[in-house]
This record gives sequence, C-alpha cells and structure tokens, in this order.
Amino acid sequence: MKNLAFILMNIVLALAATGVRADLTIEITQGMDNPTAIAVVPFAWQGAGTAPEDVAQVIESDLVRSGQFSPVARTDMLGLPSTQEEVFYRDWRALETEYLLIGKASPEPNNGMRLDYELFDVLRQTRVFSGMESGPAADARMLSHRVADKIYEHLTGVRGAFATRLLYVSVTRGGAGNKDYYRLTMSDSDGARPIVLLESREPLMAPVWAPDAKQIAYVSFETGRPAIFRQDLATGKREQLTNFQGLNSSPAWSPDGRTMAMVLSKDGNPDIFLMDLATHNLTNITKNFAIETEPAWMPDGKSLLFTSDRGGKPQIYQYDLASGATKRVTYEGSYNARARVAQDGRNVVMVHQRDGNFHIAILDLVTNRLQVLTSTALDESPSIAPNGSVVLYATKSGDRGILAAVSVDGGAKFRLPAREGDVREPAWSPYLGAN
Amino acid sequence: MKHVSVAGKIISLLLSAAFLVACSSSSTKEEEEAAAAAAAAAAAAKAAQEAAAASASAADAQSEANRLRLMDAAAAYGNVFYFAYDSSNLTPEAIAALDAHIAVLKSSNSTIRLEGHTDERGTREYNLALGERRANSVRDYMVVRGIANYRIEAVSYGEERPIGYGSGESNWAQNRRVELVVVN
Repeated sequence: MKNLAFILMNIVLALAATGVRADLTIEITQGMDNPTAIAVVPFAWQGAGTAPEDVAQVIESDLVRSGQFSPVARTDMLGLPSTQEEVFYRDWRALETEYLLIGKASPEPNNGMRLDYELFDVLRQTRVFSGMESGPAADARMLSHRVADKIYEHLTGVRGAFATRLLYVSVTRGGAGNKDYYRLTMSDSDGARPIVLLESREPLMAPVWAPDAKQIAYVSFETGRPAIFRQDLATGKREQLTNFQGLNSSPAWSPDGRTMAMVLSKDGNPDIFLMDLATHNLTNITKNFAIETEPAWMPDGKSLLFTSDRGGKPQIYQYDLASGATKRVTYEGSYNARARVAQDGRNVVMVHQRDGNFHIAILDLVTNRLQVLTSTALDESPSIAPNGSVVLYATKSGDRGILAAVSVDGGAKFRLPAREGDVREPAWSPYLGAN
Repeated sequence: MKHVSVAGKIISLLLSAAFLVACSSSSTKEEEEAAAAAAAAAAAAKAAQEAAAASASAADAQSEANRLRLMDAAAAYGNVFYFAYDSSNLTPEAIAALDAHIAVLKSSNSTIRLEGHTDERGTREYNLALGERRANSVRDYMVVRGIANYRIEAVSYGEERPIGYGSGESNWAQNRRVELVVVN
C-alpha cells in the first residue's frame, strides 16, 4: 500500500531560491504512508546581519526527502522558538506536529560556525535530544546535514547519510557536428554545492569513490581510448592507472583501499582483473570467452560480484577470492547487471530487465527475494547510500538523462533533474570523516 | 614497387652510357668515335629515361584512377556499419560496405580506427563491451580478407557517443554502429 502513499505532488525544493547555485534540483514525487510530522523552526542567528545559510531549511529538506517525514510550513508556525523556554506545546499540537526541532546558529572565531539544536516530543511534552555541531562557516550546509543525520538516527534508529557527497557525470550536447562536453561533478548529497572535478570533450565514465572518500577513480577517453584514472580530491593530483589495448573500465576500489578491480580486454575479451595499487601488478580473476564486467566488492572484501554473459545473457555471478570459485547469483529474468552491494552485505541493487524495460531491482541475498523498485523504462547505474536506505540511479525524462532516487522499500521517491544537459552515473560516497 | 623498378631501369641505362665513355679514351680518332658513341648513348639514355617516366606516370595515373574509383565506391556505402540489437554479427549490407572499404585499404598503407557504438539500452559497461565486440567483428572480417592487424585499432565508446539522442528504434538503430575512421 505504500505505493499509493501520501503523495507530495512535485514539491520543488528549489535550492536556487536560497541563492545557492546548484546544477541539480530536487522534486519529491512520492513519500511514505503516515510520515512523521516534524516542525523545523528557523534557527536563531546569533551573529551580526543575516545568517549566511538557512540551516533549518537544509535540515527540513533532508528529512522530507527521506519520505519518512512531513514538514510543517513556516507560515503556519505560531511562534519561532529558539530556546526551550519559548516552546508552547499546545501551539504545535494544534498543527498536529509530532516532533519539534529548534536551534541557534552562532559565529565562531576564525570563520567558524556552531549549531546548537534541541528536539522535542510534542505529545509527551519533553525534550528528547539535543546536540551541537561546529566547523567552518563555509561548510554551514554540511553542518546542517550532520544535524539532520543525528535527528534521523534518533527518530528512525538508522544512521543518517545526509552529510555525504555524490559524484555524477553530466553531458552538454555539442550540437550538430560538434563534440559533447563531459563533466565529472561532485556535490553534496542533496545536489547542492556542485564542483566540476574534470571537464572533457571525450567521454567520462564510471566514477567511483575510494573507501576513505578522499580519492576517486573514473574512466576517461581523453587519450583517444578508454583509460582508468584515479584522482586525489584534496590535491587534484591525477594518476593514469591503465593504458592497455581495448577496454580499460569499471574501476572498483576494494574495501581496504589497496586493490582496484577493473575490466581489461587486453587479452582479447573483457575480463575482471585486480590491480595492486602499490605495485600496479595485475591478477586476472576471470578467464572466459564471454563478457565479464562491472565488478563490485562485497563489504567484507572476500568476494566480488560481476556481470557475465557466459550463459548467453548477462547475469550476476560471485567470485570468491580465497577459493577461486564462481557461482551464479541471479536467476530471475533474462538480464541482470551492474550489481552494487549495501554495507550490510545482504541487499544487492542491480539493473533488471522486465518486459523489455530496464528497471532497478533489489535482491536480498538471504531470502533470494528480488523486488523491482522502479517503473520507468531506462533505469541504470544504481548506487546505494552508505546507510543502505536509498538507491540513487540514472533514468530518462523525455530524451534527457536525469538522476532519481527510491528508498530500498520502494516507498519514497524523488528526482534530481539538472538545469541543463544530461546527468548520469551517480556514485554515492561512503560516510565522510569528521570534516 | 613500380616506381622502384622504373627508377632502377633508368639508373642501369645511365651506368651503361658512362661505361662506354670510360672505355673509349685512348686515341683521338677513337676519341671522336667514342665521343659520338657517348653522345648517341647519352641520347639513347635520355630517350629511355623519358619513355620510362612517361610509362611510369601512365601507370601511376591508371592506379590512381583505379584507387579513386575504389574510394568512390566505398564512399557510396559510407563509413558506418549498422548492427541489430544486442548483436555483433555483420549484416549483408555491412559486408557489402566492408568489401568496398577493404578494396581501398588494399590500394594503400593507411591505418584506421574502428569505433564501436551501441544504443542506450542495457548498462553502460556492458554496452562498452558490446561496442568492442562490434568493432572487433569488423576488424576480424578485414583481417581475414588480408588487411594487416597492425593497421587497425578497435575502440569502443559503448553508448557514450550517440548519433540520435532520443529513445525509440529510429534513434537506437542509428546508434548501433561501427564507424571507420582513417587515421593516416
């Protein structure tokens, strides 16, 4: 029944309205049944002038985007408390508010900022949680996402993943006779604060994160053929890892960060190789005349999933590093490809073909139950949030590529269309460090 | 090769004329006779050189005309070969076009790139592999028919470089292709 749920009809949380230049916007297309009503009161700014960021708006947008919360409109609020003494529970009960979040934003020395916040249970009339986040004022949005993470975890029992980042590839068409522009962009998890990491007139593909979220890898055709690069995010330093004849693609960092799985066809057909990143030594783990591609590490680093058409059609297989044994994982449907594994090692998201259309599906490796999560026709490149709650993927709207997201139970959906160009291949970062 | 053999003939004619000059330098009468013979030999050599050059340029013109004819025939087919969905098998149309291009390649030493592409259906990485299969399928056909492997580079772009951006078979059919690009 969740799919018939409470539908927030295209509420556009236009990030541009807050003055932030964002390539992606967010449109919530479907929330859960019976979302929890939460009022996020504008944080009181303790400094001079106006607050540099509407942190309460960022927090509210995060919570609402999860599909599990419904907001209370600011125009309905009878007061804007920022301390416990200013909270009148009956005002909030009248608005059918279940939880109330208030707070203060304060400037700190050396361009710092501090957020103090308190969460109240309106029905029980008690303060249930309070906390503080501090950091550079320039990272006010990231501080806000961290507050949202704490609130989300307190109310759902699941760690929040709002204070994370995305990588994606966007393409601006060059027009008749001209080459396209390809851009590799990093943004916050809500699409805000986009930073173009690389721009090229040749294709860019397959961006992935290192497990420490400090490096990324991708495929660039800048040399006239596909090659795998890695790039340090702090320094921008790049290293070309491969330059073999044929395919050099699908990089995937091992959980310990020491090995890169990749696809090379230098020996005649695409096979999975493991590269030791310290020595650059290669080990071929599939030797087969079929197409082997799209390696994905299991979180324990002991095995990898990959796509192979050795049975005639692409299906997902699992290779065990210790024994060298390979077993087939997917059986339902004639096309299952590009697996990504949740941190629990149990949920696997993939591209699944049904009635000629490509959807995102989730397979529970324990029960072997496969659930199709999406209903559009050309869905691909699923990437799962580090807390396992949401799957981000690429799809088409009209003839344009956009990003969209669905909760792993299929209940909540939102889209992140770009202002211009086609967007594709999202990669959700691991949890970030303290900064 | 034709140029080399014509040049070789000219050189040998010139050398024999010089030999005649060298052998006839003992007495004045003989010198006069020898000079006349040398002049005659030089004239003969010059005539032979001109004749050789004329025949070489005639052969050149003929082979160049032939090559242009082959290039026109190949150009008429275009340099893009199309494929069925999820297939890397050459269609009869692609084979006819490839045969025309192979004839051109046999008349030259040029190197080429075969760029494999797919439509948007299916995953990007799988399509990268499928694009490579298509490019390799064209390469293998060319190699079997006598084009040296080292003259051909196969590169797959998967679904990254569409001709038609929209969805639907009319766009997809344009995108499932191998493009032949002459490198030099």
